[in-house]
Amino acid sequence: MKGTVVSEVLTKYDNSKDRLVQILLDLQEESGQNYIPREWLEEVSQKLDTPLTKVYDVATFYAMYNLDPKGRYVIEVCKSAPCRSRKAETLAQSLEKLLSIKMGETTADGLFTLQHTSCFGACDISPAIKIGEKVYGNLNEDKLAEIIRAYREGQK
Amino acid sequence: MAKMVRLISKYCGNVRPDSVEDYVKAGGYAALKKAMGMGPLDIIEEVKKSKLMGRGGAAYPTGIKWEQAYSITKNPKYIVCNGDEGEPGTYKDRLMLGQNPLQLIEGMTIAARVLDAREGYIYIRGEYKAIQETVKKAIENAVKAGYLGDNILGTQFSFHLEVVSGAGAYVCGENTALVESIEGKAGRPRIKPPFIKNAGLYLKPTLLNNVETFSCIPYIIDNGGDNFASYGNEHSGGTKLVSLSGNVENRDVYEVPFGITLRELVYEIGGGIPEGRTLKMVQLGGSSGACFPEAVLDTQLCYKDLKSKGISLGSGAVLVLDDSNCIVDFVKCIMEFFVHESCGKCTPCREGNRHILMLVEKFADGTATKADFEKMKRICDTMKYGAFCGLGQTATTALITCLKYFKEEFEEHIEGKCRAGVCSLNGKEAK
Ligand SMILES: Cc1cc2nc3c(=O)[nH]c(=O)nc-3n(C[C@H](O)[C@H](O)[C@H](O)COP(=O)(O)O)c2cc1C
Ligand code: SF4
Ligand code: FES
Repeated sequence: MKGTVVSEVLTKYDNSKDRLVQILLDLQEESGQNYIPREWLEEVSQKLDTPLTKVYDVATFYAMYNLDPKGRYVIEVCKSAPCRSRKAETLAQSLEKLLSIKMGETTADGLFTLQHTSCFGACDISPAIKIGEKVYGNLNEDKLAEIIRAYREGQK
Repeated sequence: MAKMVRLISKYCGNVRPDSVEDYVKAGGYAALKKAMGMGPLDIIEEVKKSKLMGRGGAAYPTGIKWEQAYSITKNPKYIVCNGDEGEPGTYKDRLMLGQNPLQLIEGMTIAARVLDAREGYIYIRGEYKAIQETVKKAIENAVKAGYLGDNILGTQFSFHLEVVSGAGAYVCGENTALVESIEGKAGRPRIKPPFIKNAGLYLKPTLLNNVETFSCIPYIIDNGGDNFASYGNEHSGGTKLVSLSGNVENRDVYEVPFGITLRELVYEIGGGIPEGRTLKMVQLGGSSGACFPEAVLDTQLCYKDLKSKGISLGSGAVLVLDDSNCIVDFVKCIMEFFVHESCGKCTPCREGNRHILMLVEKFADGTATKADFEKMKRICDTMKYGAFCGLGQTATTALITCLKYFKEEFEEHIEGKCRAGVCSLNGKEAK
């Protein structure tokens, strides 16, 4: 019989508490909605024999984890100083307009979430954004519109 | 003096990142072979002669760090590489990890040979997911080729390496927070002492160096410490990878010898300021680094020369701002970063950053008064001396140095003026 999502991920890491940071990253990916459901955290706590508060401590400490469902694609706009010096704020505004949502929100169709992030090391091509694992840089309003269009079409 | 040299980045772009075959053909792994025939103390001696200082930011002499690690008799010992690279404006470890991780792996293997360590970890920030996969492949291939794993090069020596991912926390670059994170916990810094050289990962002796630091080791062993040192100046040995960002023409990672001036870096290598604008400010070492105006650019890239001006090189990030930027707005951006990244363990940092941000916002709104300078200074002092770890201790460096060199821009905001036209100064209008 196939195990639960959680037990499969735990097996991959030999059910080791020391791997909790990696385990939660994998689980978030498995969710398909870029978050870790509460039941999964409880299951992790039980199966690793670790207090739920400890699991929560890790899950709430790191910026990459989400505890609420996000859009299929999380668009992260860098707000650190090098990107800001290349006017990253105008990117944030363009994206809010293109997606008709505010920073921190998710589109009604569940496709995109828009949020800020700290520098992710793409300062050579700032202003930069990340969509999932993909990095886009040297952006302006036209390029952004093109990128969003491509993601939307990829959905059809 | 040459303005650029390629000692440690020379294979980047010329080898497939995960190909042991390419790396060996280009000259890689000669250093490990040589090191296998050297005694640990001879290896340490070469590293000391190289005048290599830790490239992660704190600039601790690597040879001395290795010597101390060697003299500790407790076992096992761990070798850990810091690839967290969270300092905004820094992307040079991305280059080494992404384009030639085998050089780093070779450097760590030499370190393991010195300390007779069996296990090591490469901690890479979660944002570099694709690079983590490249490094994992490079490790696998090195094991297959007999340069890593069991019985390295047919000897009794074994060393195993594993990649561990961060999950988005700048503070995890701090070495005790980093080992907590590898242990699967929240990355809050530990109290020191004990230092990680005595009680680090799993409370065992741990040698921790930055990606670039380990990547210098093969060259040093191959060519001798003196040779490496000769590229720098009297105080700072070898070369440094610098990451140029902001309003500068050629944004990239460059390998430069110590001793060149910041002016050469910004104007000759960096190609100067685009769009006919003028330089306003340079920040060195990332968001925790010092800010200064053009007049300071004749300082050499050299730990000692910079220190005499109250500046530290940090990670080697060089952020250039032109006159379209507002200093108050810039400091606000820096403080937002530290509010977000403070781990919250100690009060001076958790509260201090927030209060400074609120005060800087008053300047940006046009509602600040002269009394706010004194308030900011008091909090800065409390944080500098009272914060638990390096994050809180350096979070106000940008503010302090901007107040030293650009105070009149803050004063103008009290008068309701933002010369760059960036701040809304809404509060002033509302009054
Ligand atoms: C808040 C904070 C963040 C840090 N981030 C990094 C980092 O991202 N990469 C790094 O190598 N060192 C970082 N450091 C410095 C490390 O604690 C440590 O000094 C360094 O990795 C040691 O390696 P080195 O001697 O080779 O420089 C950071 C320090 C602090 C206090
Ligand atoms: S100084 Fe800041 S980051 Fe460091 S322990 Fe205190 S709260 Fe955490
Ligand atoms: S500052 Fe935006 S990616 Fe580095």
